[in-house]
Amino acid sequence: MGDIIKSDKIAVDRAELEKRPSVLRGDKVTKVFGYGNSKTVAVNAVNFNFREREVISIVGESGSGKTTLAKMLLGLIGVTEGDVYFKDAKRDISSHRKKKEYWRGIQAVFQDPFSAFNIFSKIDSLLLDCINLMGGKKFSPEKKYEMMSEACSFVNLKYDELTNKYPFELSGGQMQRLMIARIFLLKPKILIADEPTSMVDACSRATILDMLMKLRDEVGMTIIFITHDIGLAYYVSDTVYIMEQGKFVEVGSAEDVIISPQAEYTRRLISDVPKIHEEWDLSTV
Amino acid sequence: MFHQVKQAFRSPKFLVGFIIFTSLLAAAIIYPALSMWHPLQIITRPGFAPPGRYVNIQDVIQVRPLDRRMILVDVDANRLGNVVADEDVYNMIYFLETFLGVPVGHLSVDDQATVIYYWNNYYDPTYRHAGMIMAEHLAWTRFHAQLQVALDGTIIIAYRDEEGYLQEGAGFDTQDFVHIRDIVNVYHFPLGTDNFGRDMLTQMLSAMLVSLRMGLIAGLVATSIGLTLGLVSGYLGGFVDDAILFITNIFTVIPGFILLILITYSLGPAGRGVTVVSAVIGLTAWPWTCRAVRSQVLSLRNRDHVNLSKLSGHSMPRIIVKDILPYVASYVVMALILQISTAILAEAQLSMLGLGPNTAEVATLGLMMQWATMFSAWQVGAWWAFVPVILAIALMAFSLNLMNTGLDQVFNPQLRDS
Repeated sequence: MGDIIKSDKIAVDRAELEKRPSVLRGDKVTKVFGYGNSKTVAVNAVNFNFREREVISIVGESGSGKTTLAKMLLGLIGVTEGDVYFKDAKRDISSHRKKKEYWRGIQAVFQDPFSAFNIFSKIDSLLLDCINLMGGKKFSPEKKYEMMSEACSFVNLKYDELTNKYPFELSGGQMQRLMIARIFLLKPKILIADEPTSMVDACSRATILDMLMKLRDEVGMTIIFITHDIGLAYYVSDTVYIMEQGKFVEVGSAEDVIISPQAEYTRRLISDVPKIHEEWDLSTV
Repeated sequence: MFHQVKQAFRSPKFLVGFIIFTSLLAAAIIYPALSMWHPLQIITRPGFAPPGRYVNIQDVIQVRPLDRRMILVDVDANRLGNVVADEDVYNMIYFLETFLGVPVGHLSVDDQATVIYYWNNYYDPTYRHAGMIMAEHLAWTRFHAQLQVALDGTIIIAYRDEEGYLQEGAGFDTQDFVHIRDIVNVYHFPLGTDNFGRDMLTQMLSAMLVSLRMGLIAGLVATSIGLTLGLVSGYLGGFVDDAILFITNIFTVIPGFILLILITYSLGPAGRGVTVVSAVIGLTAWPWTCRAVRSQVLSLRNRDHVNLSKLSGHSMPRIIVKDILPYVASYVVMALILQISTAILAEAQLSMLGLGPNTAEVATLGLMMQWATMFSAWQVGAWWAFVPVILAIALMAFSLNLMNTGLDQVFNPQLRDS
């Protein structure tokens, strides 16, 4: 499976990419936690422009502010300073109704499938919530069943085997695939995938990445990977953003950034990736 | 949920606590219902009667030689003389003059009829006169009882003849016996009676139920306030959190029991019903639940499943109820059990101070302790008036705490015994 992703890697035409309409744009987006002496700048005036059908990776080590940025983009936490533009219009999520509307266009897959489910509610309700969010509340039960079955079969799961089950009865890989089934139902404009494969085994990992790519081609959505895995970033993304201490230190196409890195930090990140046929350099760790 | 309940019953501590608690509860429900008396019904004469079987004195009179002597004399002649010595009459006159306000010189030892008349009209055995020690009071109560038997307990041993008229039979002596089964009024007081002459066991078991009900009301009030504030404060954060935390801190800093005393005192005797007192206990006990729930919610609200729920467009109340509440539910149940136990103890403490529920319809464990104190049960050696009550309070608190510890071990595997 890993090979499939590698062989699918075709260098995107940068000029064509630049012409695509923007879906999410940030202007000096800043997040500050705390006041006075305990003030921490998690994200420091970052600018970005994500385009339609683009696959972006935001790479950085733990504590570099990538998850904070992702939460700001999702509208789960407020932005201290700066503006976010959604489809070239300034984002407005001041009320619950507007937030709901925004979330129809932007969704997420989280890192840990075991904590991303409410263990007290059944799997059905998770999928039904998606149908409801997309305005399918009044659909007939048959129609809903059909939609859920379709979503499950997209991620190689059988809805009939999952119905009436609780999340803890599933394996980690199944849970993560169910998360993608959720995205399939919602078909958002943007998907933020926060370390979607770090908690699942290598085999499921390839399957999940494959499904996300397939989904992107079908729905035409933009995928933003939040990851510390620069190898993954290279294989899947068109554009890579390297983040260090709340700032983007390097931005460019995956080839440019990984094959000829400019920033010292990027070089370190690349040298930290273990390689099978070489001795692993642990000096920077 | 069912799984969790099943798991709780696998914990030996919880099981033992649960068995003790349900046994107490069953006894408290069943025994008073089967008992021949209302819990607060006065059965015997005032004064603590030790545990045991009791026979009505009217039935006993035929068997006890002293009483028989009292009765079998010629009633018309001088029946009083057979009961009371001259010295007793002298004491009666002294009592009437000193405590009951009969003018000095009005009564004389020779005129026993007048003395008896005044005695019957003025003496009240339930009233305890100032300056009189308990032993004296009890002595007078007993004397009064003896006198009453002598005065109106005329018993004629008779049989019916063929026409249905009662014919006087023979006298009887020390060799006359009666089978215990034939005595009509045999009462059994397993825990004796209290100072008012009420059966302690019936009273105590019904009091347990009332105390438990008070504990439940107080626990529910405290838990619902603490839970609501904790959930709101933890989930919303920011200014709301600061404000709620400020109030909680104030309540935590002021000792709860002092606050409880002040509130119940200011309610006044008329305002202190059973429900009101329990609600007040609950109102002073919520801060710890609130703090604990808040800190749990603080860590829960950043979990991915809450974020996912938000992304699914759920409203804030729904997220709190569906995504946060189930995760803190097990903790809240434990807190509730602990609150009930604390509230039962708080009620006992309050009542001992005379600030408990002001009621004559029901007894609570605390009120029973207060009555035992008020009527010097300790001084007169009436242990049955307070020892069983103390044990009942202790056993209830113990069983609830045991259940709590057992649940704690089920939900926090780190605490499990190896």
